[in-house]
Amino acid sequence: MTEVLTAPQPIRLKGRSFLALVLSPEMPFGDWLMRLDDLAERSAGFFLQRPIVLDLDGLDVDREQLRDLLERLDERNVRIMGIEGARPSILGPDTPPAMSGGRPASDIEAPETDKRAAATTNAKPAAPEWKPGRSVPSIIVSEPVRSGQSLMFEGDITVVGSVSSGAEIVAGGSIHIYGTLRGRAAAGSMGDTSARIFCSKLEAELVAIAGLYKTSEDMQPELRGKSVQFWLKDDALLAEKLG
Amino acid sequence: MGKAIVVTSGKGGVGKTTTTAALGAALAQRGEKVVVVDFDVGLRNLDLVMGAERRVVYDLINVIHGEAKLQQALIRDKRLETLYLLPASQTRDKDKLTPEGVEQVISALKKNFDWVICDSPAGIERGPTMAMRHADIAIIVTNPEVSSVRDSDRIIGLLDAKTVKAERGERVEKHLLVTRYDPARAEAGDMLQVDDVLEILSIPLLGIIPESTDVLRASNLGTPVTLADKQSETAQAYFEAARRLTGEIIPVTIPSDRRSFFGKFFGRKAA
Repeated sequence: MTEVLTAPQPIRLKGRSFLALVLSPEMPFGDWLMRLDDLAERSAGFFLQRPIVLDLDGLDVDREQLRDLLERLDERNVRIMGIEGARPSILGPDTPPAMSGGRPASDIEAPETDKRAAATTNAKPAAPEWKPGRSVPSIIVSEPVRSGQSLMFEGDITVVGSVSSGAEIVAGGSIHIYGTLRGRAAAGSMGDTSARIFCSKLEAELVAIAGLYKTSEDMQPELRGKSVQFWLKDDALLAEKLG
Repeated sequence: MGKAIVVTSGKGGVGKTTTTAALGAALAQRGEKVVVVDFDVGLRNLDLVMGAERRVVYDLINVIHGEAKLQQALIRDKRLETLYLLPASQTRDKDKLTPEGVEQVISALKKNFDWVICDSPAGIERGPTMAMRHADIAIIVTNPEVSSVRDSDRIIGLLDAKTVKAERGERVEKHLLVTRYDPARAEAGDMLQVDDVLEILSIPLLGIIPESTDVLRASNLGTPVTLADKQSETAQAYFEAARRLTGEIIPVTIPSDRRSFFGKFFGRKAA
């Protein structure tokens, strides 16, 4: 170690992938917002009080319409962190940044001058796409998930323990709970319709797969307290007792 | 080096202060050197329950701000030689609790006492997080009803995230103390069963304290319940909990309601 470091250390920027929820508005926006309000009311803002990406793919919107939509979403406490699939011409400094693709991000060492720009464009919240048959990342949590805790992961989540009332699990893949599910579980949160939810004892407040959800009131009463699995079939959320 | 215990719950009115005083007095009666610390800045109560409200000169905030020495603020109990109280400030703001100050006070106390028992305020804001921050052991006081259980669950989550131990990747030792347990109401199904509470919170059980008028009477006298009437069911339950804290293994018995049993028995006979 003879070399003396005199040059300032470069700023380190790290790419990190986050699980984001994507909202796809439909025209006309008025009707769509009404449906959104209905959803927010029924699921107590479950999908809305977190960072959200707006997917405008295939929509013909101009700058004014977009600004109006963003304002109306803002009123509903929906925070848009980025916009996907929009024409660059309608985006400006007053709109959330454009986002594309879900490429895995890596460490980046950017020069000091444009670190901010690099931070926003490289820290992509999108997760990698996966195809059926490919191995899916998975985590195992071997302690109870407590009230107020929120567990988000892009792959499968296995909990060896219970999920308390007021806790939530959001997985890109399937959810397995070896314990009582009293809180909320959302599987396939990035649209994977083959994701399932399994729990050894069902007391859930809400379960959702690929955005389709059921609150405890919508579940058949005979499933309560039983081991149950949920899955999607033709856009219907089905449930059945296990074993 | 002593151990720091936080007595916490999330919800108010479940029996944190009563428990702090009762366990403090129970441990001190075993000859251990104990200090009970009130963290409820602005709403202090521990001095009342300990019967020391007229003897408070300096408090925790004074010590943290260097306006008094720790020795000046500590109040020695008149009945038990090894029991001390560090009162909270009633007039100052809870924001005056600084993390560095709290750390200094707790580590100084741990050097001088076997047990440092911190009475946490209710809630999940600054006061409770300061009280739990340096704890080695947490006693989670829970009543057998749903809102208390959920709040306790939330607090356990915070103990696993916001304490110094958790940040070092260690675990705070956690114990559940079920208080205000009413056997008659539990049997009638008006209360959660202890098993249900244990299943939801999944931490080891330190004891079950029965609901009793002894507690109110002792508080009003300014005497910890383990000093007021040592033979009472409540005091006995606290003594057992204190012994479990020191590592003894004693099975927990769920209090049953003898009267209601006989009531049922005779009731059936008459029918």
